[in-house]
Amino acid sequence: MRRILLAVLAMAVAFAAEAGVKIEHWVAPSGARVYFVETHDLPILDIDVSFAAGGARDPAGKAGLAAMTQGMLDAGAGDLDEEAISERLGDIAARLGGSSDSDRASLTLRTLSYPKERDAALGLLRLALTRPSFPEAVLAREKARTVAAIREADTKPDAIAAKRFAAAIYPGHPYGASATVESVAGIARDDLVAFHRDHYSARRSVVSIIGDMTRAEAERIAQSLTESLPAGVPETPLPEVTLPGAATVKVAHPATQSHIHVGLPAVRRGDPDYFALLVGNYSLGGGGFVSRLMKEVREKRGYAYSVYSYFAPRKLAGPFEIGLQTKREQAADALKVANEVLAGFLKDGPTATELAAAKKNLIDGFGLRIDSNAKLLGYLSTIGFFNLPLTYLDDFPAKVAAVTAKDVRDAFARHVRPEHLVTVVVASD
Amino acid sequence: MNMKKALLAAALLLPGMLLANPHEKQLVNGMRVIVKEDRRAPTVVHMVWYRAGAMDEKDGTSGVAHVLEHMMFKGTKTVKAGEFNKIVAEAGGRDNAFTSLDYTAYFQIVPKAALPRMMALEADRMANLSFKPEDFAAEIKVVMEERRMRTEDNPQSLVHEALNSVAFRAHPYRRPIIGWMDDLENMTWQDALDWYRHWYAPNNAYLLVVGDVDHQKVFRDAERTYGRIKAKPLPVRKLQHEPEQTGIKRVTVKAPAKLPYLSMAWKVPRLRDIDQDRESFALEVLAGVLDGTDSARLPRNLVRGQKIAQSAGAGYDGTVRGEATFMLVGQPAEGRSVAELETALRGELARVRDEGVTDEELARIKTQIVASQVYKRDSMMAQAMEIGGFEAAGFNWRDHDKLLDKLRSVTSEEVQSVARKYFGDGSDDRLTVAVLDPLPLDQTKPKSNTKSGVVGRH
Repeated sequence: MRRILLAVLAMAVAFAAEAGVKIEHWVAPSGARVYFVETHDLPILDIDVSFAAGGARDPAGKAGLAAMTQGMLDAGAGDLDEEAISERLGDIAARLGGSSDSDRASLTLRTLSYPKERDAALGLLRLALTRPSFPEAVLAREKARTVAAIREADTKPDAIAAKRFAAAIYPGHPYGASATVESVAGIARDDLVAFHRDHYSARRSVVSIIGDMTRAEAERIAQSLTESLPAGVPETPLPEVTLPGAATVKVAHPATQSHIHVGLPAVRRGDPDYFALLVGNYSLGGGGFVSRLMKEVREKRGYAYSVYSYFAPRKLAGPFEIGLQTKREQAADALKVANEVLAGFLKDGPTATELAAAKKNLIDGFGLRIDSNAKLLGYLSTIGFFNLPLTYLDDFPAKVAAVTAKDVRDAFARHVRPEHLVTVVVASD
Repeated sequence: MNMKKALLAAALLLPGMLLANPHEKQLVNGMRVIVKEDRRAPTVVHMVWYRAGAMDEKDGTSGVAHVLEHMMFKGTKTVKAGEFNKIVAEAGGRDNAFTSLDYTAYFQIVPKAALPRMMALEADRMANLSFKPEDFAAEIKVVMEERRMRTEDNPQSLVHEALNSVAFRAHPYRRPIIGWMDDLENMTWQDALDWYRHWYAPNNAYLLVVGDVDHQKVFRDAERTYGRIKAKPLPVRKLQHEPEQTGIKRVTVKAPAKLPYLSMAWKVPRLRDIDQDRESFALEVLAGVLDGTDSARLPRNLVRGQKIAQSAGAGYDGTVRGEATFMLVGQPAEGRSVAELETALRGELARVRDEGVTDEELARIKTQIVASQVYKRDSMMAQAMEIGGFEAAGFNWRDHDKLLDKLRSVTSEEVQSVARKYFGDGSDDRLTVAVLDPLPLDQTKPKSNTKSGVVGRH
């Protein structure tokens, strides 16, 4: 029960790799970019198909459309209704999942690699990607469930804090928008059809494959999954992110704990400062129990169970965030300590000892981040979607090793400027 | 049928699934060492499980098992507070710990070269824990913040806490793992230390290692570390049976939320004897018929078909030390009531009772069981957790394959039979129902935390 947070941090912060993973890359005749790792240790195949079709592409007034489109890909496709799809998946124990964030919408498939199960599973994935039927009745039901979930989330202090924080650091930008009861109510079937037609094209897709399959099979399958996708429209640039002015947002709530977020838009994927920020953040609040925030806020003062900081790079400047929850009566004190830790780090950067410890963990612990097919699939998809170098994993240790204390200070000075820091406190006294 | 058999055969032929793996050795002090070699990546999972969890606590010190788990990171005679985390981090690893009703477990995931160091550190804190009163005073506040986060401000957690405290009158499962806030406020350094002295002994623990290791080398390292710790007498564990429930129990929790929440728990048998008990397997298959995949009955019929539920689920875990329950939970869809959802959930049990389950459903569940075993091979942690949890309930890892075989042998008649026996006439007498009654936010006053200030006075 102690440290659930580490998993979250690992996803947001950690990006590592070790020589030895052979990533093959090609562009399918369909135009899809393909990333492939062949490994026959287990009779498993994992696939991720990602599109530049995240929530930042929601049309004005229809926040939630991208997520609804992604969520309904398997709610009926081709001649199959949602029950037939779920039964067929169940019969072969294949797991079809997916996600939608501000940049990216994806479907993921895990299946046994035996021909019978594999071919059936791939057939269902292909249908969901290329011929979703978006049935009206299912859409009505899913809209109702989404509205209920929004109303429910609007009572929860953690969900309120996350939503208000995004809105406050990205004012007027799609990254700051959240689905509302009204925006979801306004979504019609035609919107889903159009969104799929425009954004789910092969040229906007990245196919990541890892598992028990040869290169020749992977080539055939990547093409088969993407050749019938809609032609789509070219990806247009998102509006520029403008930095917010320093501000504090307080939201009333009866919870026993205040939920505190401090941060700003900070770094885009592929930024040359990324490794300096990653290494520095380890000492600030990313390195679990050895980080300054954890020592000062939790270990010394007992102010919080969970306190952390992370950079979450996106296509455009993704957030830097410090987060903690604390008994509401001591929220001001805990926030003061967190702000002092950040100010001290911005001023002096990591000590030589901290820097060495950060590098040691990130470099020596690299192998832990790629020790399963499931973890590697995530890296393949990220490398592909953000056009990171194919050598990203191989280069990781050297990039981390090269970071100096000055690099960290300079990078933080460029990306975490106090005059743009926004503080959100939900359930403050 | 044929596909199922082919799948199982294939699963059993995976490298490392040969009978010789895992490997086990018992140290002279009684501690068992279980090693599963998995050489897909140069990583190791190292775990120590203690057979002491929240169910072993006494009234007045609820939560002490979990508090001690926190204190295990606060230093030994030779390792300073916080050093444990630091050493693991510098080795490139990560570590964690968790407390359940039945056990407490500690683990590190590290590059394989760091394993001997982890074994030395973990053995050291098994025998030489030495935490200061001031570290306890700071950490108990952290635990109270954890309780606020997980329970006080989480309406569904409050519902489950209320459900357990009402469903069980005598059995220790009535107490929350994290402890009552009042008990945390009154807990002392001595309470935590006593817990450690009573339960932390090699003869009350087992070691699990999964990863890129040579089991003989691990056995030798275990002898040099854990093997040097002396066994000690353990407190007597008095069996605490729950008196027979003789009527339905209902409890309501009011908390800030929008959607109501319903949780229903029937007392049912746990698994005791893998060779003899068929009912536990049938209950597990029943849970799989109702929930577990998108094609299961609750999501299909209640969420998608009748649209009566925003969410709905079923659960049964028969491999526990204490009492087993069969659970149905859910949130009504907007505009539908908790009563309607309760009726609908009961209706699904009644359908199994009256009509049984189809061959297709049974086949699907059995395929899922086999595939899950294959998928689990992609994660060392998942493999370690499977062995650890099974052992914690008093079983031997050698019987796990048998458990899977038994699950796969369950018939439709057996599922129908347990549905009749445990969810038929008179079954309400063994049922507890807990409901979240949502309070609008603007009608809820902030709860005072002022009492918490008394902690840390030692």
